[in-house]
Amino acid sequence: MISFFVYLLRKLLYALSVIVGVTFLVFVIFNILVEDPTLILLGKYATPKAMAALSHQLGLDRPWYFQYWEVLQSAFTFNFGSSWATKQSILKTFQQGGLVSLTVTLPAFLIGNGLLIYVSLWMTQYKGTIWDRLLVIGCMVMSSISILVYILVGQAFFACKLKIFPIMGYKSGFFSCLPYIILPTIILVLLHFCYNYRFYRTIMLDEVYQDYVRTARAKGLAEEVVLFKHVFKNLMVPILTTLIKDFPSLLFGSVVIENFFSIPGLGNIVIDAVSLCDFPVIKAVTIITAVLSVLCNIVGDVLYTLVDPRIKL
Amino acid sequence: MYKRNLLHQFGCSAKALISKKLNLFCFITLLGYVLIAVGTKVGWLGADWNRAVGEAYQPPNGLHYFGTDVLGRSVVAKILHGTEVAISVGFVVALGAVLLGATFGIVAAYFGGIVDTCVVWLYTVVTAIPTIILLMVVALVFGKGMHTICIALVITEWTETCRLIRGEVIRHKSREYIQAASAIGASSARKIFVHLLPNILPLTIYQFSLVFQTAIKHEVVLSYLGIGVQNKPSWGIMINDAKTGLVRGIWWELFFATMAMFLLVFVFNILADTFRDLLDPKLKGR
Repeated sequence: MISFFVYLLRKLLYALSVIVGVTFLVFVIFNILVEDPTLILLGKYATPKAMAALSHQLGLDRPWYFQYWEVLQSAFTFNFGSSWATKQSILKTFQQGGLVSLTVTLPAFLIGNGLLIYVSLWMTQYKGTIWDRLLVIGCMVMSSISILVYILVGQAFFACKLKIFPIMGYKSGFFSCLPYIILPTIILVLLHFCYNYRFYRTIMLDEVYQDYVRTARAKGLAEEVVLFKHVFKNLMVPILTTLIKDFPSLLFGSVVIENFFSIPGLGNIVIDAVSLCDFPVIKAVTIITAVLSVLCNIVGDVLYTLVDPRIKL
Repeated sequence: MYKRNLLHQFGCSAKALISKKLNLFCFITLLGYVLIAVGTKVGWLGADWNRAVGEAYQPPNGLHYFGTDVLGRSVVAKILHGTEVAISVGFVVALGAVLLGATFGIVAAYFGGIVDTCVVWLYTVVTAIPTIILLMVVALVFGKGMHTICIALVITEWTETCRLIRGEVIRHKSREYIQAASAIGASSARKIFVHLLPNILPLTIYQFSLVFQTAIKHEVVLSYLGIGVQNKPSWGIMINDAKTGLVRGIWWELFFATMAMFLLVFVFNILADTFRDLLDPKLKGR
């Protein structure tokens, strides 16, 4: 148990160093590399006097280590101040936007990965048959087409022609948002499946030729039990790795999907922030996702030991 | 002693590589794309794409093979220019990202210790930021345009190459042939360039083809978001232009831009697959 805490502490220290790196990167980009933000904010009314006053107000005239300290602090307190464009608290905007993004991405994530695991495990029995090959080639063809095309054709055909779904928009609330998220979810699931099927197929096929699988079959276990109990348990580590890698981007949503379907999620907030040069918002989203991905990595490492007792911390 | 053809590292010769019909088809398609890109760049093809050649929204016919767009411009010429953009972005990004990733990966794995820790830390920091945010942030710093896309994509894409090559070099470092080279007093440079490099070349080429197609896909999305190429047709911009016409049944601009991109990405997918099989014949058919 003690070794566990020592390990956790070491991981946390490393995570801290990564967060320091990310915040430093963010600081260098937004406080040094980009052009003077006071010039952007004041636009054509910029006079040297007004610029100096604004830069004092924003705290840009302080020494660089003070400014960096503020950025680093925000990674732990999540106090990002308010947006330049809307003057609203950034954290509050993100809470609303992140929730909206999650209603689209979380169902897609769960359905997509469930489908991937189920289909790729089941298809191991049909290796080398025409169905197997068709599925692989189909996924390759589908993943070679841009996501924009799926969205455009989906909107034009299912929403405009057949009028099954609304074309775009969003309503908050559990049931009222359903019609708006079905089409985006279908597209996300489809693409997720096609991008990742090959990977899952490879790891599944590597596993089903192991000796323990043959033993399980020789015992006379049903194929479902062999696949979904024995093989699946042994595959938890690579599956967890890929799931955790994708997890932080869920909150952030799919930028292109949100933009096309006018879903007011975090992705759309970021696009607006980029076009308006709203630096605090972009800084905040970068830091939040980085912190989240670092935390996810630690959680993943702990989960490995739970699903596979052979892994020692 | 080192006169071996480099392709022997793949366990086959160049002849064997193109003897498979599918691979030959891929190489020829790729060559076609490159020729079109070069021809457009030099000005032989689609020189005045910005000029109206007929009525607006003409369906494909004998005069305008792929139809015309909203301003009556030829879709063929726009596709040619899109090809040029895609090939240049893909090539520059793949070359830059693979070179950067390979250099960092080899240096980190070969020297180990603090150098290794630093490189791993660096790519952990970069991968902690989601790709699309990093792309938009870099675009914000460097302004809009083609060079921005290239810089942004190199910054985001080198990490995966670095990770893979680092792992591969660590695997090779303890092998007997490197130990033998050390024993006869080979310098670090000789061990890296003469002994290690040929062995990780297949992986590098595999990564090159993967990054190439990822870059093309990202370029299309970034151009759609308005960060990409300016004042020039690109497949992403064409797909975006086709948005409004699609409901009225004007499918040709979307269709041909999609097909042009699809074929290129698909060819790279197949080639990456071929290299992967050569890399690890065990994986064949998996």
